[in-house]
Amino acid sequence: MNNIGLIIAREYLTRVKKKSFIIMTFLAPLLFVGIFGLIAYLGSKGGETKNIEVLDESGLFAELFVSDDDETYIYIDTPLDSAKKHVEQGTIDGLIYVPSLNDLDNPEDISFYAPGNPSLNLVRSIERKIENEIESIKLLRSGLTQEMLDGLESNVSIHSINLSSSGEEKDSSSRTATGVGYVAAFMIYMFIFIYGAQCMRGVIEEKTSRIVEVIISSVRPFNLMMGKVLGIAAVGFTQLAMWIVLTSVLASVGINVFSARAESAQQMTDAIEQSAETQGAIENPMDNIMSAVNSINIPLTLGAFVFYFLGGYLLYSALFAAVGSAVDSDADAQQFMFPITIPLIAAIASLGVVLMEPHGSFAFWMSMIPFTSPVVMMMRVPFGVPLWELGLSMVLLVGGFIFTIWLASRIYRIGILMHGTKVNYKVLAKWFMMKN
Amino acid sequence: MSLDIPEKSIFGLLGPNGAGKTTLIRIITMIIEQDEGNVILKGEKMTTELVRRIGYLPEERGLYKKMKVGEQLLYLARLKGLERSEATKRIKSWLEKLQLSDWWNKTIEDLSKGMAQKVQFIATVLHEPDLLILDEPFSGFDPVNADIIKNEILELREKGATIIFSTHRMESVEELCDHIALIDQSQKILDGKKLDIKEKYRDGTFLVEYTGSLTSNSAYELLSSDTTERGLTSSIVKTSLSDPNELLKSLISKVEIHSFVERVPSVNEIFISQVKGGNHE
Repeated sequence: MNNIGLIIAREYLTRVKKKSFIIMTFLAPLLFVGIFGLIAYLGSKGGETKNIEVLDESGLFAELFVSDDDETYIYIDTPLDSAKKHVEQGTIDGLIYVPSLNDLDNPEDISFYAPGNPSLNLVRSIERKIENEIESIKLLRSGLTQEMLDGLESNVSIHSINLSSSGEEKDSSSRTATGVGYVAAFMIYMFIFIYGAQCMRGVIEEKTSRIVEVIISSVRPFNLMMGKVLGIAAVGFTQLAMWIVLTSVLASVGINVFSARAESAQQMTDAIEQSAETQGAIENPMDNIMSAVNSINIPLTLGAFVFYFLGGYLLYSALFAAVGSAVDSDADAQQFMFPITIPLIAAIASLGVVLMEPHGSFAFWMSMIPFTSPVVMMMRVPFGVPLWELGLSMVLLVGGFIFTIWLASRIYRIGILMHGTKVNYKVLAKWFMMKN
Repeated sequence: MSLDIPEKSIFGLLGPNGAGKTTLIRIITMIIEQDEGNVILKGEKMTTELVRRIGYLPEERGLYKKMKVGEQLLYLARLKGLERSEATKRIKSWLEKLQLSDWWNKTIEDLSKGMAQKVQFIATVLHEPDLLILDEPFSGFDPVNADIIKNEILELREKGATIIFSTHRMESVEELCDHIALIDQSQKILDGKKLDIKEKYRDGTFLVEYTGSLTSNSAYELLSSDTTERGLTSSIVKTSLSDPNELLKSLISKVEIHSFVERVPSVNEIFISQVKGGNHE
């Protein structure tokens, strides 16, 4: 009986041919690239230059605040009250007020006036500048010379290296790992929800339209359910593959256009030096991204992603299908959806904890339990996971799928033909126990 | 309960609501499993392979609403094991037969209820089943389309299909069925050839139209009397005489007879009397 092939083909083709699928498939990558492009554009452009006045009554910080791209500092000499007026009138974006500091050990009443709440970053950077300056002043007063101070300055950038058990050294970039992990984990979470719900709605449609009575005499219930689950998996997989391909194509096109524009800008302004700088600024982050991406084991991550994507979907969609078979309408499904979605939401909620200690025991167990492993393990994989853990987690996920599909099929075979019964967990348990 | 359904017959499966007709049908089509007993089709015990030789039209109709007529029929036919090319050929000829040719590319949503019913009927018979189970096949059809479907059913019987026909519409049972079975509370009350059953429930009543006046006597009993539009008296007369001629003779001597007809009980009457009797027990 190759019935199941026919069912898979129907489930797949009817969904892939839908307008909504085609639109989503082509629109989503555009949106992805568009949003990222916008962020990158705004990021490269930076915020507007802020005009900040400095009223320094202590006279200690006369050379401390230097204007740059982000902020223009203007030293003023007017009384505080009239200086504050500038802020109130909105002619300036901020006012730093330093009173005459008598006690450097306890500098008080340094204030920053701004219309509305100033950004935390700005306040912090001002604080840091003043702190450093006071520190230097104190050091100078304690008898150190400026040369000695300069000599003290050292710039450290930690280069973290992942020393694997086999002894080889790998550059690791935990920030990239976090980013990749988050995106992968969220994608899996979203897909399980979207396609699991589709699976459930498909079952409800078959049940309420009574088509199941026509079909069931030529197809075993298990095949019907399995065909639907697998057919929708293929749809999800198609969409994912299309997204990856389209996004990378669009992204590379976007980058080319972006740098071409920078080049034409260069010709127009003729300010060669400056343009070279901007171009460098564009290329550098790209280089950074590329080298960071290279620090992750891409084939392994991609392979794991596909596996957990499919495994997670299959595990949950079996349960969603069982729920669909038990109820008469979408509305009735809510009460049964809740317990199914709890582990999934728990997995997403635990990501923060997992991130703090990707190799801790909490992360380990969460990535072993089949109900949370697709999401949690994907968060961990970019950080490098021992192969035995990955293997064990995968085996457990397959086992979990076999368990849920078995459980689901026992409920499905009865539920799909039941109409108008008030279904609760007791009834489900009865169906489950019913002899074949 | 045991039922024999003769080959190439139209078998009426009757019973009040909740009697177990649908359950019985579901057992035959292996949708649900029986607690005990066997289903045997042409001498073979029912298997998943054999169940494909059945065409089942459920009372609650179901098709994929968003799927196109042609695709849908093709899918259902192939699930029954037909090859794609053969299925396409048959679907085309059936759609033509039922005047649905232009609807191949329309979704079920776009169809009227009657049209969807026709499509459902086609889906049931496409694989040329040996056994056809029709649950209320005429519901939702106007008289013209009901007639078309009726003729198709008769034609299928001619071609050798056995048909189980479950309905509450007694006039179509009267018209189509050769055999009937009446079940109530999952028990068989009666089953056999329709004519035999009617014969069995004959109770010697006659409908007589006449002018004059009659009273009951030892030979016959006057059950009811009425005046017809033409001004005749119409009475139901019950007799214990075995020969209708004897009754006629004794009536002619008293009144002027305009018509004389034996009242053979309709399936409807048998149904009602049997089910009511069953409930009173």
